[in-house]
Amino acid sequence: MAEKIGVYVCHCGSNIAQMVDCKNVVDYAAALPNVTVAREYQYMCSDPGQEIIKKDIKELGLTRVVVASCSPLMHELTFRRAVEEGGLNQFLFQMANIREQCSWISENKEMATERAKAIVGAAVKRVAFQEPLQEKKVPVNPNVLVVGGGITGIEAALQLADSGKKVYLVEKEPTIGGYMARFDKTFPTLDCAACILTPKMVNVAQHPNIELISYSDVTRFSGYVGNFTARIRRRPRYVDEEKCNGCGLCTEKCPISVPSEFDCGLGKRKAIYRPFPQAVPNVPVIDREHCLFFTKGICKVCVKFCPRGAVNFDQKEEFEDLQVGTAILATGFDLFDASKVKQYGYGRLPNVVTSLEFERFSHASGPTGGKIQLKNGQMPQSVAILHCIGSRDTNFNEYCSRVCCMYSMKMAHLVHEKTGAKVYEFYIDIRAFGKGYEEFYKRLLKEDTVFIRGKAAEVTDFAQTPAEKGKLIVVAEDTLLGITRRIPVDMVVLSVGFEPRKDAADLARTFSISRSQDGFFLERHPKLAPVSTASDGIFIAGSCQGPKDIPDSVAQGAAAAANALSLIDRKEVTLEPTVAVIDEESCSGCKICLGLCPFNAIVFDDTKKVSRVNDALCKGCGVCVAACPSGAIEQRNFTDDQLLAEVESACASAK
Amino acid sequence: MESRMEFTYYPGCSLEGMNKAYDQSARLVSKSLGIDLKELNDWNCCGASAYMSIRELRAHLLSARNLAIAEREKKDLAVVCPACYTNLTKTNHYMGEDAKLRRTVGSALKAANLQYMGTVKVRHLLDVIVSEIGESEVRAKVTKPLSGLKTAPYYGCQFTRPLGDYDDKEFPTMLDTLLKWLGAEPVNFPLKAKCCGGILMTTNESVALSLVRSLLDCATQNGGEAIATICPLCHMTLEAYQGNVNKAFSTSFKVPMFYFTQLMGLAFGFSKKELGINQELISSKALLERRLEAR
Amino acid sequence: MSEEPAERRAHELGDVFLDAIYAIPGGDKIKQCIQCGTCSGSCPTSYAMDYSPREIIAALRAGMLDRVLKSNTVWLCTSCYYCTVRCPSGIKITDMMYELKRLGVDFGLVQKGAIAPTVSKAFVNMVDNYGRVHETMLVMSVFLKTKPWALLKMMPQGMKLIARGRLPFFPHKIKGISEMNKCAGAMTGAMVGGLHPGGPSAKEA
Repeated sequence: MAEKIGVYVCHCGSNIAQMVDCKNVVDYAAALPNVTVAREYQYMCSDPGQEIIKKDIKELGLTRVVVASCSPLMHELTFRRAVEEGGLNQFLFQMANIREQCSWISENKEMATERAKAIVGAAVKRVAFQEPLQEKKVPVNPNVLVVGGGITGIEAALQLADSGKKVYLVEKEPTIGGYMARFDKTFPTLDCAACILTPKMVNVAQHPNIELISYSDVTRFSGYVGNFTARIRRRPRYVDEEKCNGCGLCTEKCPISVPSEFDCGLGKRKAIYRPFPQAVPNVPVIDREHCLFFTKGICKVCVKFCPRGAVNFDQKEEFEDLQVGTAILATGFDLFDASKVKQYGYGRLPNVVTSLEFERFSHASGPTGGKIQLKNGQMPQSVAILHCIGSRDTNFNEYCSRVCCMYSMKMAHLVHEKTGAKVYEFYIDIRAFGKGYEEFYKRLLKEDTVFIRGKAAEVTDFAQTPAEKGKLIVVAEDTLLGITRRIPVDMVVLSVGFEPRKDAADLARTFSISRSQDGFFLERHPKLAPVSTASDGIFIAGSCQGPKDIPDSVAQGAAAAANALSLIDRKEVTLEPTVAVIDEESCSGCKICLGLCPFNAIVFDDTKKVSRVNDALCKGCGVCVAACPSGAIEQRNFTDDQLLAEVESACASAK
Repeated sequence: MESRMEFTYYPGCSLEGMNKAYDQSARLVSKSLGIDLKELNDWNCCGASAYMSIRELRAHLLSARNLAIAEREKKDLAVVCPACYTNLTKTNHYMGEDAKLRRTVGSALKAANLQYMGTVKVRHLLDVIVSEIGESEVRAKVTKPLSGLKTAPYYGCQFTRPLGDYDDKEFPTMLDTLLKWLGAEPVNFPLKAKCCGGILMTTNESVALSLVRSLLDCATQNGGEAIATICPLCHMTLEAYQGNVNKAFSTSFKVPMFYFTQLMGLAFGFSKKELGINQELISSKALLERRLEAR
Repeated sequence: MSEEPAERRAHELGDVFLDAIYAIPGGDKIKQCIQCGTCSGSCPTSYAMDYSPREIIAALRAGMLDRVLKSNTVWLCTSCYYCTVRCPSGIKITDMMYELKRLGVDFGLVQKGAIAPTVSKAFVNMVDNYGRVHETMLVMSVFLKTKPWALLKMMPQGMKLIARGRLPFFPHKIKGISEMNKCAGAMTGAMVGGLHPGGPSAKEA
């Protein structure tokens, strides 16, 4: 039976009509075989526009619909819904892009119109071969996996838990808190970081809906939106979390001291330790590389003194599978390694420190008890803070790390407050974009901070004058004055930029998400979807998506939680049916498709010796379809018949 | 390319006269180590910095001609002067990256029946010795270790900047390493890769002199008894102008200068005459007597 | 206030010069200069320059050529390449300096009394005639042209060098000098950057 095709040519205001002679295209379409009606309209996507389609389906008994307008990315769903509401299966619709692929790229009207006719003709030919398809609905597991227990992950977890959902919060360190736990004060309010963070950490520990899985990581993540399985590896602390009461006696008595990672190696910790006093969970962990029992089989002082018998050297790594419906990655960042920029002397000259090391000096529970001091124990009388270390630099990272200007100024304030030293800030631009940030800059100016506009060229210890003897000399051009200056100081602080975590590539692979060119996780849309990814059900938040300060991290954590909630409260998700299908009769069992599938959506049936597509996982990318040497795989709505019809028609028009 | 120990050798113009001793000692120690250096046939000047200041394309042509002749030998090209290294490597690099330059220079070479396919690799002799020959072979040849002679290793600018990726561009260490192998003691020298101002000596002497002064200050303040060089221009600048520096700044520098190959030669047991040390402007006699001859 | 003829000429040449710089390999990176000052801070001779390397780039982009070329800056560059390896925008500043030296010579826009162009031109002459540089001849010809009395001052040093055999008397002419000049001749007419000032040492070669 012949099809009854309706063709609708949109003007899109002047976007299309300016270049394409729509009347001409309509006349052309009307004359094509099987076309029952062809119309044009100003804005097909508008309500009246959609009404035209619905009316024609009902009154003219249309069996297929073609809309010639913009890109399917814009309005394919709009028109599919309209078609469905008109009483026709939504997959009996085809969109012809005569805007982005025609009007917007043609050099003149003649070319644009001919092109539009060819595109429409091809769509008309194709749509006749299309079959009705049904979307599949799958339930959504309401549990959520949050990976990363820094401020972002904590925010996301609390929002979700408060709404009644069960959250698994997985953190790879022995404690949650992330980088924020290591900061002294936060800009611009100069709130004590621990004071505002620890209440949230305690909330997480106490919340009935949050299962905190610390000192663990995710080794595998499989499934599809609403139905994921996460394999968690729980690393052994060698301390029983149930029995330990956090008294700290074991740490006190342990004879082994090693450099503390939490203190950037500037302070010490024991072999059995908590990273910091307010750690959550408040349970120590044994570092088996340095513990005397593990290395030499002796000591066991911790066992002797523990009143609860919580030390257990026999603990093993454990694996656990969690079923969740959505996942939020809040895995944070790493800092740029300042030793790469040799001219600043980090690692070579004494008293050249990074911003994080400075934070640890300034912190009351840091290695110096909160005193800013030089290697010789004295207070500095002058400090230089160098901006843009490793950022905005083609030799290292091209992007701006966003937070360094503000934290540099915060450090300047702390130096003033604690030492009264003279502070020099060497900057290229001052980026004070947030609420209260510009005011904070003014405050620092009022405090007599010396701002020198010029990126530091180098830090040297070679004195050229008596005043420079024994000092670190920062050499920079003061660009506002147009003079090269040598400023002797006691201490140099390098404001290092953010980088993606070293294991970001592995994480991205585990969760099948993409990364942008700079290595941070890729958001679905930089403006309109900053916390979603191209993978449905997986969200990203915080600095793992790009450098950002605490307010933005918290905002993204909450946003990701909202996105997850939106999915969960829908109770079920709709899966697109335009997936690949394997004809088992034609399948030769060669398994070429299995390795190629980026979504691990194909399984091999060992009894029947054929491959099968899991249509919940399949994203319809088409790779297996193209690769199958037997031609056994077809993609729904992209069948050979449909594609060939389109191509043949387009070629015929091209003459 | 053939065996890594065979190189075509490009001495450069300054090794013909002023820095003859560098050429002498380089050939001697290379032979000892089994590095075969065959002088590049009829080589022309690399252009230093002066030629590029007047003509761009013809400056590239100078290097391209050398590279084209070298390519015939099917060996890598060894140089001892960083300026020669930079010019040859720059042309090599730019011709590889920039199609227009490649075409222009390529068609010019044709006029002399020459062609360059981009296969020559240019190496500084220090890099060859440290990276290819290596510690055990060098130490094996040391018969008269340099008894902890406190030497300031001076690299200058163009050894690693801009295209010498074989060592660090801010704080290279190859010469420090070699000095240790020879039994000398490389002193901490923060200005080891800073500019000597050599090309300004005739055009802007006062600026050049203050640069030289800083280097001499730094080397001696850190305990350096002598300065080792890897660049003929740096060597000449620091050597010939110590007197002028003293006059201008009322200092009294008298720091003996050695090409790194001369120090190698001394450690390998060659005589001062063979190594051209008798051609020096600042006498190292007292230093060597005090530190080395009493061995 | 109308411009002096020389100023006007420098002004008109502004675009021409910028285009010449864009034409050197990687030259258009100069558009990305963020005026951070790293180059000037790293430059060993910037303290003596009328305008620092950063200011030169700013002046170029503003079309203020007279500042650029009549200052002592370009001829104080020692090609140490610190600026080039440290520049966060990846600009080949040293190569730019070379281009400005060439343009200055081609258009006769150099600092008054600068002897560096003379030295370089003598060097070039020598290479074009002999294929190699004979130091004695070079130094002599430069000093004779620029400051002959300084030659007398250098006599004692000179004698010392002669005594040590470090000042050869006779220049060496390479065998392939005529074919090298044939190659150079073949490049006349090849235009890089579309610049042809019509000066004696034309841009194309």
